[in-house]
Amino acid sequence: MGQKVGGCAMKFDSLPAFFAMDGHGAYVWLAYGITLLAIVLSLWLPALTRRAFVQSEKRLAQRAAVAENEGETP
Amino acid sequence: MLKWFHRLGSPKTFFELSAKWHPWLLALSMLSLTSGIIWALLFVPPDYQQGNSVRIMYIHVPAAILAQSGYMMMAGAAAVFLIWRMKLADMAVAAIAPLGAAMTFLALVTGAIWGKPTWGTWWVWDARLTSTLVLFFLYVGMIALRSALDRQATAGRACAILALVGVVNLPIIKYSVEWWFTLHQPASFSLTEKPAMPAEMWMPLLFMVIAYYLFFVTALLSRLRNEILNRERDTEWVRKWVAAQ
Repeated sequence: MGQKVGGCAMKFDSLPAFFAMDGHGAYVWLAYGITLLAIVLSLWLPALTRRAFVQSEKRLAQRAAVAENEGETP
Repeated sequence: MLKWFHRLGSPKTFFELSAKWHPWLLALSMLSLTSGIIWALLFVPPDYQQGNSVRIMYIHVPAAILAQSGYMMMAGAAAVFLIWRMKLADMAVAAIAPLGAAMTFLALVTGAIWGKPTWGTWWVWDARLTSTLVLFFLYVGMIALRSALDRQATAGRACAILALVGVVNLPIIKYSVEWWFTLHQPASFSLTEKPAMPAEMWMPLLFMVIAYYLFFVTALLSRLRNEILNRERDTEWVRKWVAAQ
């Protein structure tokens, strides 16, 4: 049963059989989908937060620099 | 050793060192998660009773393990913060809570989805399920408590105490399947005994547990680094770091 890949048998004969999972497809794919979404978000959201932090701090630094320059000119 | 501990406890040193670890950990966790998922979906044999729904085990069990392990890490960091007043430890407590909540959420949701074809129901008020739900509320409580308190020092202490009090829930989760055996099966996997399943099933499971640990540490590091930046934003070194970005 199944194709041989590197000496290890795949457990499905066709792509439709893989998606159907003998009637358990909906459960398996739903569980894996939610898990993947959570994993991707857990890795991605901190990267977004970091970028937002850098941008806002840069803006603050610029504003502070401008204010300092204006203070010096009479 | 103690010196090293002190050095690493400085947010600046930790931030600089972790910048080197993070890309490697990220690559390693992505690689192991991808291969583990392919293994679990394509190459693991279906269970003779559960059929293909047993593939959910490979994401459910690691999530449940990390949900509890994450709590242990958080409580450990809380203890370090209370005893040694290490700022970095409090930042770790703050960084772990949302990740632990995510892992507990995944354990509950994948468990419900696995329960439907296997037990015939999404949810029962079984002891294991209920105590895991309590764990989820503990994590959410940690997040809420921190955001409710304005003063950093007060928030840190309150969260550390809540984290330590919540530790009583961990043995309840662990022994729930023995004390009040209802529907959830006892552990089929332990450090001391031979696994109660064939190697072609427990090997990918062990692999996925390791992959989840790698993922957890990677995500935790990202969050902790953000936490450090946020709290040290007024220091010279963060300003320099921002300017260099």
